[in-house]
Amino acid sequence: MEEGKVLSQSVQQSAAAYAIIHDKFGEAVSAFDANATMPFFEVLDLSAWPEIALFMRDNPKLQFNYMACLSGVDYQAEDKVGIVCNIESLGQLNHKIAVKVKCPRQGGSIPSVAGIWHTANWHEREAYDMYGMLFSAHPDMRRILCPDDWEGFPLLKDYKVQESYHGIKVPY
Amino acid sequence: MQELDIAGMGSTRVTRKGNNVVVLEKDLQTEQMVLAMGPQHPSTHGVLKLECLTDGEVVTHAEPYLGYLHRCFEKCCENVDYQAVVPYTDRLDYLAGMNSEFAYAITVEKLLDIEIPRRVEFIRVIVAELNRIASHLVAIGTYGIDLGAFTPFLFCFRDREIILSLLEWASGARMLYNYIWVGGLAYDVPADFSKRVMEFVTYFRPKTVELYKLLTENEIFVKRTRGIGIMPADVAINYGWSGPMLRGSGVKWDLRRNDPYSIYPELDFEVPVPDGKVSDIGDCLSRHLVRALEMDESLKIIEQCIQKMPSSEGFNARSAVPKRVRPKAGEVYGRAENPRGELGFYIQSDGKSTKPLRCKSRSSCFVNLSAMKDLSKGQLIPDLVAIIGSIDIVLGEIDR
Repeated sequence: MEEGKVLSQSVQQSAAAYAIIHDKFGEAVSAFDANATMPFFEVLDLSAWPEIALFMRDNPKLQFNYMACLSGVDYQAEDKVGIVCNIESLGQLNHKIAVKVKCPRQGGSIPSVAGIWHTANWHEREAYDMYGMLFSAHPDMRRILCPDDWEGFPLLKDYKVQESYHGIKVPY
Repeated sequence: MQELDIAGMGSTRVTRKGNNVVVLEKDLQTEQMVLAMGPQHPSTHGVLKLECLTDGEVVTHAEPYLGYLHRCFEKCCENVDYQAVVPYTDRLDYLAGMNSEFAYAITVEKLLDIEIPRRVEFIRVIVAELNRIASHLVAIGTYGIDLGAFTPFLFCFRDREIILSLLEWASGARMLYNYIWVGGLAYDVPADFSKRVMEFVTYFRPKTVELYKLLTENEIFVKRTRGIGIMPADVAINYGWSGPMLRGSGVKWDLRRNDPYSIYPELDFEVPVPDGKVSDIGDCLSRHLVRALEMDESLKIIEQCIQKMPSSEGFNARSAVPKRVRPKAGEVYGRAENPRGELGFYIQSDGKSTKPLRCKSRSSCFVNLSAMKDLSKGQLIPDLVAIIGSIDIVLGEIDR
């Protein structure tokens, strides 16, 4: 954020929500990135993520009851994969915030929040399907869009498509 | 007479005659059967497979299987320019191509910081609302077919045809338009477009009443949908439902009102939610009702847009279209109210490339369908058909 720039109202609301989360969890979350298009913070302590999520949903001052989107992302330069969750308080306080969670690219896993927002259930399956990170304690960790016996994770930046699938030539 | 519970046989009513035990009634436990509905099943509206565990006629568990129509939308996006993603978005929700393009365009424009000519905004809203009506007509018509009403389907498709011709006249295509570009439009609308759209509005107003009488008030239809598949409001929010599905549960939430974009704040329209008089809030009939009432609101919006639209004098639909779309580095999550709910795009730009680093589409049907497992528990198989129909899925958007 540039110094002296006036924050828009929605970013101010997000910043206020972040302040409450930061007060509670301190070092487990990163500093707040107050950009205009998608203000976010990152969860640094992976194991605290479900607790933070539950706090965000149930705290009367936050009431983030609606997960709009959960996208998997490949941070190739950092050798990490992660998720970006767009969460908001629908019909209650009407503020929104984005949360990023990252894990190692090889064999990494992120605690699941499917029990907190049901939306996360299928979206986490999709993130696993495309990026290969596991979601621990997920009720149904399977691929969702690709076939179960597909090799590799298609949305990784260095993905190479398999030669053949059940005798069918794949690259065309 | 007494009740006995013999292991593995359920409860059994017996009576004694002397020393003999006579079985009067046995609560039969039928064998559970796996029944695959789809991927080739007319009521699943495309290639959705539902694996149902049934006990007689009752579904005890239903597991949706997706991905039969997966076309790697997100991978494709990472390999083409921002502007070239637009035709791909048509193929997400192919019944509402204009709305998908609209959602994508406003998302990229958030990263770009460009000013869109006012006439462009009006034309976008007009075509999007026309497309919304067309999409709802398909939803309502096919829902009728699912439940055995054939005539409304024909009526719906007759009227949808007029909208498709209008959109074809403007864009050159009937379903996959590539009309709303990042920063503008492909072309201005034809000279007499407003007049013809107004003719359609006048023609279609009485038809919505007719359709309402024909289907929504039809006793058989009501019996098949009322009280079926009830979703409470808080659970619906937790599931991430949006659009007519969420409003069917009684939550007055419409992105055009609650997170306004384009020129929607200037327009006067209602957000219909069921009041519980003709339907039970949150059931299949409520969801159908919201769609039926929304068409009238869309007509209102179109009418206002035609009246307020600036003239075409000196107008160039591509004046604000960037030669090369290269947004500044950053991320954005943008969304719009589609006929099926919130269509969102999460876009990541590295600031150097003309291709998105990541483009995720948050599909409304995908999220709405995820509640299927809970909704179907303990329902009859014919009611399962009613529930799937009320979710109004388009597999192109679910599988991407």
